Amino acid sequence: MSQSPNVPVSTAHVESGASAPPALLGGPLLGRSSQRERRGVAAVAAGIWGLITLNRKVMSGFAIVGFFTLVALLGPLFIHQNPLKYTSTLLAPPSSAHWLGTNQGGQDVFAQLVIGTRSSLFWAMLTGLIVVCISVTIGLVSGYVGGVVDDGLSLLTNVFLVIPALPLAIVAVQLFARTTLTIVLVVALTNWPWGARVLRAQTLSMRSREFVTAARAGGERTPRIIFFEIFPNEVSIVAASFITTTIQVLLAVAGLEFLGFGDSKLVSWGNMLYGAYNGSALFQGAWWWFAPPGICIALLGSGLALLNFGIDEIADPRLRPVRRPRRFPFKKAVA
Amino acid sequence: MRRLLRRLGLYLLAIWAAVTINFFLPRLAPGNPAEAALMRLEQHGTVTPATLKALQIEFGGDTSDPLLLQYLKYLNNLLHGNLGVSTTYFPSSVGDIINQNIRWTLVLLSLSVLLSFVLGSLIGVFMAWRRGSALDTIFSSLMTFLYSILFPWLALMAVYFLGFQLHWFPFADGYDTTLTQGWNLDFIASAAYHAVLPALTIVVSTIAGWMLTMRNSMITTLSEDYVLMARAKGLTSRRVIFAYAARNAILPSVTGFAIALGTVVGGQLLVEIVFNYPGIGFSLVQAIQGQDYALADGILLLVIVATVFMNFVVDLLYGVLDPRTRQERSA
Repeated sequence: MSQSPNVPVSTAHVESGASAPPALLGGPLLGRSSQRERRGVAAVAAGIWGLITLNRKVMSGFAIVGFFTLVALLGPLFIHQNPLKYTSTLLAPPSSAHWLGTNQGGQDVFAQLVIGTRSSLFWAMLTGLIVVCISVTIGLVSGYVGGVVDDGLSLLTNVFLVIPALPLAIVAVQLFARTTLTIVLVVALTNWPWGARVLRAQTLSMRSREFVTAARAGGERTPRIIFFEIFPNEVSIVAASFITTTIQVLLAVAGLEFLGFGDSKLVSWGNMLYGAYNGSALFQGAWWWFAPPGICIALLGSGLALLNFGIDEIADPRLRPVRRPRRFPFKKAVA
Repeated sequence: MRRLLRRLGLYLLAIWAAVTINFFLPRLAPGNPAEAALMRLEQHGTVTPATLKALQIEFGGDTSDPLLLQYLKYLNNLLHGNLGVSTTYFPSSVGDIINQNIRWTLVLLSLSVLLSFVLGSLIGVFMAWRRGSALDTIFSSLMTFLYSILFPWLALMAVYFLGFQLHWFPFADGYDTTLTQGWNLDFIASAAYHAVLPALTIVVSTIAGWMLTMRNSMITTLSEDYVLMARAKGLTSRRVIFAYAARNAILPSVTGFAIALGTVVGGQLLVEIVFNYPGIGFSLVQAIQGQDYALADGILLLVIVATVFMNFVVDLLYGVLDPRTRQERSA
């Protein structure tokens, strides 16, 4: 009885949607629960470590994301000054006292950057999680149950797929509360359909497989079949969709904050950019003010993207880098 | 044909959903947008009963009608192309203002998206063809970074280095404001010159997605038997690449095109704001800052309808490109 069937790889995935549920991701980690218990925590840890080191892209992506996560978790413990405190050293370039200089209000840029990591990362990941929950539920139910339910949910998916997030978020933020939560809700509302669509297609191709038929014949209840039999085989798509959404939210929240539609009391990367833009950091040549938040966003995003590309490569071996045989210079045979 | 009708029905439904969201948003919001709009209008002096009525229909200040009737009146207004009156640019109607600004956005958006799509896909094709080469490696790492760059931040960087430091390009407004708008050579040249930096920003920040999609899809296609066959027949590389492989590999990119549009339109709004570009994105933010809900609402609606329409166009195109989709019940 095969738990991780070998699914043919379709080329119909766009952006980053890995299509094939790889044995590597689905198999050892989320196999049958009895199996997992038998192997114990150490084995699971070893399994995770094996996954991380399996692919170079996953490894570097994991390192970058891990670094920012550490900064978000522990960084604020090392910052002893209030990042919003005004001082008299205005627009000072980087020095030993202010590692990344100060802004126009004399606030320490480095302190803001470290403190801001937490909110930027937290909201991005939280929304990624919300979106994944919605798309998994709708995608799997729609694909497995079929019929009228599928028609209705597919319609809903396709309708929400075309609604652009950013303009809606701008209007919603203005009408409702000017908080990150509003932005996050709008982004979640407009971002789930893509994952749901890919997952639905995958579930559709999986529902007629033997292990699903076997489970059905064995009298398993529908929710159990959907979430415990089919779902573990789609972990790679779910992971990819989580990461893509996290990047999207990171950029959307920062973009809106940059426009001044964010929560102004919050210290975050987007708010730093807003301050820098409106304080004309650009024309005063204060690169240490406007460059770091943007670089951090791009770096964190790159780390996430690397994870995503790595998952793609694990899922589809054809995308893995090829090693070209080195050309040896031909030497004429000397007689 | 049936497929197209189904898609058309779907998109009409999407537009209806957008309109309905648009109707309920200001009504669900705390505070009273209609009151706020009214107060702003009164500053301009004249509020005719007709304007008042229109405002109330739009924002729900009029509680004498039941909600359903308000909704029907709102739909009726929309169907007659009546988007209300802007409070910021009183007495211009929202329709007029959008009409003025939309062409700037359209030209900039279509040019830069097309450029980014074509260029990105071409680079993707060559990356896949010369896989593992220096070109592939360099572009792959560049791609990862560009994939997650923040639109407005890149715009700031472009403004700072290319505009402010090097003085190569102008970095504010859509044209030289000393010129009058019109179809003369001076104005068009100036508009094109002013569009370089915004367009460049959009191209650079969206190109990575196309490169990635095309590269991955091309790699998969290149391992197909018919490509091997084409090579075995001794066809030129160019013919194998474009007539055999890329032709089939482009399909996921086309699907992606429709999905990316929402993001690109959103990003375009941000870019316009950084460059003070006279498009609808800039108007949207101004409207929001001036609490001009009628204008903001109208722009939001327009953006959604435009995105839906472009999706439909891509759908039509897809039917032409991929014969398989013309059959019923295909995935």
